[in-house]
Amino acid sequence: MRRALPILVVLAGLLAVIAVAQPNFLAPAALLAFVKRAAPLVILAAGQYFVIVSGEYDLSVGSLVTAEVVVAARLLDGSAEATWPVLALLVVLGLLVGLVNGVVTTLLRVPSFISTLGMLLILSGAIFLWTGGAPRGALPPQFRELGRGSLGPVPWSVLVLVAVAAGAICAMRAGFGHTLIAAGDNDRAAALSGVHVARVRTVAFMVSGLSAAVAAILLGGFAGVSAQVGQGLEFQAITAVVLGGVALGGGRGSVVAAMAGAFTLEALFTLLNLYGVSGALEPAVQGVIIIAAVALGGMSLPRGRAAAAS
Amino acid sequence: MHDCVLKMTGITKSFQGVRVLDGVDLEASAGEVHAVVGENGAGKSTLMKILAGAHAPDGGSVEIDGRTVVFGHPVQAQRAGVAIMHQELSLLPERTVAENVFLGREPVRRGLVDRAAMESATAELLDSVGEESFGPRDLVRRLPVARRQVVEIAKALSLNARIVVMDEPTAALAEHEAELLHTLVRRLASRGIAILYVSHRLREILDLADRITVLKDGSRVTTADASTMDAPTLVRLMIGRELDSYYPPRAAEPPGPVKLSVRGGGNARLRGIDLDLRAGEIVGLAGLQGSGRTELAKALFGAAPFTSGEMTPCRPCSVREGIAAGIGLVTEDRKAEGLLLNQPVRDNALLVTRATRMRRPGIERLLERVGLGPLRPTQEVRLLSGGNQQKVVLARWVAAAPRVLLLDEPTRGVDVGAKAAIHELTRELARDGTAVLMISSELPELIGMSDRIVVLRDGRIAGALPAGSTEESVMRLAAAS
Amino acid sequence: MTQQLDLRRLPAVGSFLRRLSADRPARAVYVALALLIVVGWLLFALDGGRFLSQENIVGIQQRSAALGIVAVGQTLVILAGSLDLSVAYLISLTTLVAAETMGGADAGVPVAVAAVLAVSATAGLVNGLIVTRLRVHAFIATLGVALVIRGVLDDRYDGPAGSVPESFQHLGYDRVGPLPVSALLWAAVAASAWFLLSRTRLGCRIYAVGGDAEVARLSGVRGERVVVAAHVLCSLCAGIAGLLLASRLGAGAPTVGTDGGYDLESIAAVVIGGTALAGGRGGVAGTVGGVLLLAVLDSIFNQLEVDSFAKDVVRGVVLVAALAIHARRRTA
Repeated sequence: MRRALPILVVLAGLLAVIAVAQPNFLAPAALLAFVKRAAPLVILAAGQYFVIVSGEYDLSVGSLVTAEVVVAARLLDGSAEATWPVLALLVVLGLLVGLVNGVVTTLLRVPSFISTLGMLLILSGAIFLWTGGAPRGALPPQFRELGRGSLGPVPWSVLVLVAVAAGAICAMRAGFGHTLIAAGDNDRAAALSGVHVARVRTVAFMVSGLSAAVAAILLGGFAGVSAQVGQGLEFQAITAVVLGGVALGGGRGSVVAAMAGAFTLEALFTLLNLYGVSGALEPAVQGVIIIAAVALGGMSLPRGRAAAAS
Repeated sequence: MHDCVLKMTGITKSFQGVRVLDGVDLEASAGEVHAVVGENGAGKSTLMKILAGAHAPDGGSVEIDGRTVVFGHPVQAQRAGVAIMHQELSLLPERTVAENVFLGREPVRRGLVDRAAMESATAELLDSVGEESFGPRDLVRRLPVARRQVVEIAKALSLNARIVVMDEPTAALAEHEAELLHTLVRRLASRGIAILYVSHRLREILDLADRITVLKDGSRVTTADASTMDAPTLVRLMIGRELDSYYPPRAAEPPGPVKLSVRGGGNARLRGIDLDLRAGEIVGLAGLQGSGRTELAKALFGAAPFTSGEMTPCRPCSVREGIAAGIGLVTEDRKAEGLLLNQPVRDNALLVTRATRMRRPGIERLLERVGLGPLRPTQEVRLLSGGNQQKVVLARWVAAAPRVLLLDEPTRGVDVGAKAAIHELTRELARDGTAVLMISSELPELIGMSDRIVVLRDGRIAGALPAGSTEESVMRLAAAS
Repeated sequence: MTQQLDLRRLPAVGSFLRRLSADRPARAVYVALALLIVVGWLLFALDGGRFLSQENIVGIQQRSAALGIVAVGQTLVILAGSLDLSVAYLISLTTLVAAETMGGADAGVPVAVAAVLAVSATAGLVNGLIVTRLRVHAFIATLGVALVIRGVLDDRYDGPAGSVPESFQHLGYDRVGPLPVSALLWAAVAASAWFLLSRTRLGCRIYAVGGDAEVARLSGVRGERVVVAAHVLCSLCAGIAGLLLASRLGAGAPTVGTDGGYDLESIAAVVIGGTALAGGRGGVAGTVGGVLLLAVLDSIFNQLEVDSFAKDVVRGVVLVAALAIHARRRTA
């Protein structure tokens, strides 16, 4: 928790600024809406965290999200009957993509920057090949319930997020988390102490794939089918994780901080919208703020060399 | 001693309110080998870093050739004639020898790097130190560690250094390589270069140095002619008390049952290894660098397995199998293969038990056991001294309670006090029934600790010697041609 | 002893070849390239075409030129231990700057070229300063700059803008003998970068900083300046690629950089060429091989009339396979 403190302070500050501009923002309903909006990115960031802390990158999550949504729409084509099997299939697909990323990275020793970039190309090519350029089919309301609906006042997506967060925190507290961080800090030392480095890293990629599947299910619910639904999400997720003070290169940072980083990023988007910086200039302001935030975060910490990248 | 090249007076330095150096004086003359000794934390490294311009002193002055100098950056120190050889070598492995020697000062002709001049100058420097095994165009990556130091020395010479600081240059070297370095050091001294030599190896210091300065707790205890010193005196000055004996007493009883046994073990680097390790016994493994010592430890452990031969209770094919069979390995290279530098002591100490889902001991008791009692378990390992870092690695294996413990250079780069503690712990583990195999390049240590010494040569066992054998007999076996 | 000395002081003659052949990772990519050309030749032969026809070779060179130029720049930053994800948007921006400044008039060409180089140098300077002064990881820093450029593009342009005079279009389409001008431009950029890396102090220092920044610092190398210089050079390369693309398109296009995937693909080409992503090892020769490899692959796809989306899939597979083989060789 101590390591998540700086980013939590930043997040609290941002929320306070939003609340000043929009006084009812801190009302439960508005806050829940915010959390709901943030849920997919937070889930993706949690998944990405596992990969980054183990010393790797996952650039494939954005195109995986798109692939999942497109596949679901094509398979369901607006009919509700197969919703549950398709949901299960999406989860399996996410795990499978993660497995391939992991195996290629660990067993074939391709740097993950490249292996997951390859996966990005393969997935986006495959999507278009399959759909012929424009996604077809539609998602039935039953499927979209998870993204849009709510249980009483609490949106389903918030509940999913809570479950994911709890799962991620438990996993990091358990032996798995410790061995994962060990692999990210010094993989040779970890291997010589009996850590199954290839296995824990592969599992990390699978967690990331799973998080993409869950995020896709929520995003499909929010936004429906589009070929752009996952665009740029891999970079947003990585940015969120880094914003949370997690070191690229592995071995440092907490999953709580990574998720707080994603909330911060989402709060930033909200704030930009509030102040009318929308549409065209949004990315520009976003870029500046991301650099500034990461720079400020880096100032207080003495930085080690990035040699681990090799 | 005339012709005083270096005069440091009243050097004081604090880090975050903690005084690391307190009015230290140090002098060195041209052509002198001046050893600086002390426990870790005595301030040797800080003093050397101040001399090399990496830290600025809070008080005191540095004079070189009678002129007061103030360094704001290592490069200024270089220009003033101070060259430093770091513990971790500062060379670029992917570049050639010549490129490394002239890094940052590449000769240019008409705006372009003059490679021919760079290479011929490097070749001359290598000649002048009698180096024939490699040339200026070889990649540093391809050179063994001992040769890389020659590159560093060539670099120092190319800077026309008046003062060369060597910070534990022999820590990573085997005995005969250290000898070669000593020859080189004497040669440099005979050219009128003042050499400040930091080392934990007392015998080497007594052999090599003209004068010795002892530091303790940030102050100078004494500076004296080496001829007036002996090892027990040095130790007393360094730690402020007598060490009754260098090494803990050997086991009184004969060794117990065989815990691990190999017959005809072999792989790419090893052939026909026959070895028995018994409960309660410390077996010393001697051999020159490259004789296969580390490879043997890794084969027994399963990290670089045997491909042939019998091994009981089992022949591990992976690290996890080795650990499951009750074998532990403390690796030679603490930083690269041992520690998780950014993680707290606790996570480092419990790594093996966590990774293999063994029962975990209480962390407090565990740290107590390896002599790290006062340490906070949440402290990051990167901030610890070398000795304490090594104890953390040992704690990791003590926690796993292996039946066979393999120690590869367990006291490398560790100060005298921590060394004694590690020796004590090793003996205790043996007494409790662990079979210990200990590799060390420091022969006095190996002889002092071992109940039996096995000597490796070219990947084969060259012979075995009883406890208390002489260094000469070990060397004869290790180096016989 | 004297004999050995003589051996060691080999004259500078032949040192070029020695260094090139000592560049092992680059050798691997050329072996792969040769194999691929053989495969391509066979496929074309079966298909009834000629692979090594002048037309086809020119096509390969044309296609590689823009990516090749960007990849050369990317090589410099990666060798210095950094990375540039902003090149794709920068290329789009520079095509627009070029086309708008020229406004279809010949007189505008020199000004436009100067403007493009100034814009790209500024972008590189900003990248470099963020990485070194603010100590932001290059991945995030250049991604942020990419977003900023994207914002400017989105804000100001909806589609192609400006126009390029006919005289300037020669750059994109003309040939000198069998060689397209664009390929010559690429060759010139690559040769300058090779020269920079092997014969100048900056080159030595790029390797040093990328190899080990602390070692470089202790040797008096100002690492920050080196990284900034590498970023400026990389962005200049992107600017040159932008000029080339503008001359091809006849106008500026806000999506030409991202559509071409120049950011990730240039990194891929560099890595296929054997340069370590962590920096300090590799070189331009490998990158040129990597770009050619991708281009030959492309032309084989074209001949086989592979669907353009399927191409992406196969490229992904090839990329990963190439790196997997590299990894094998290194550990072997």
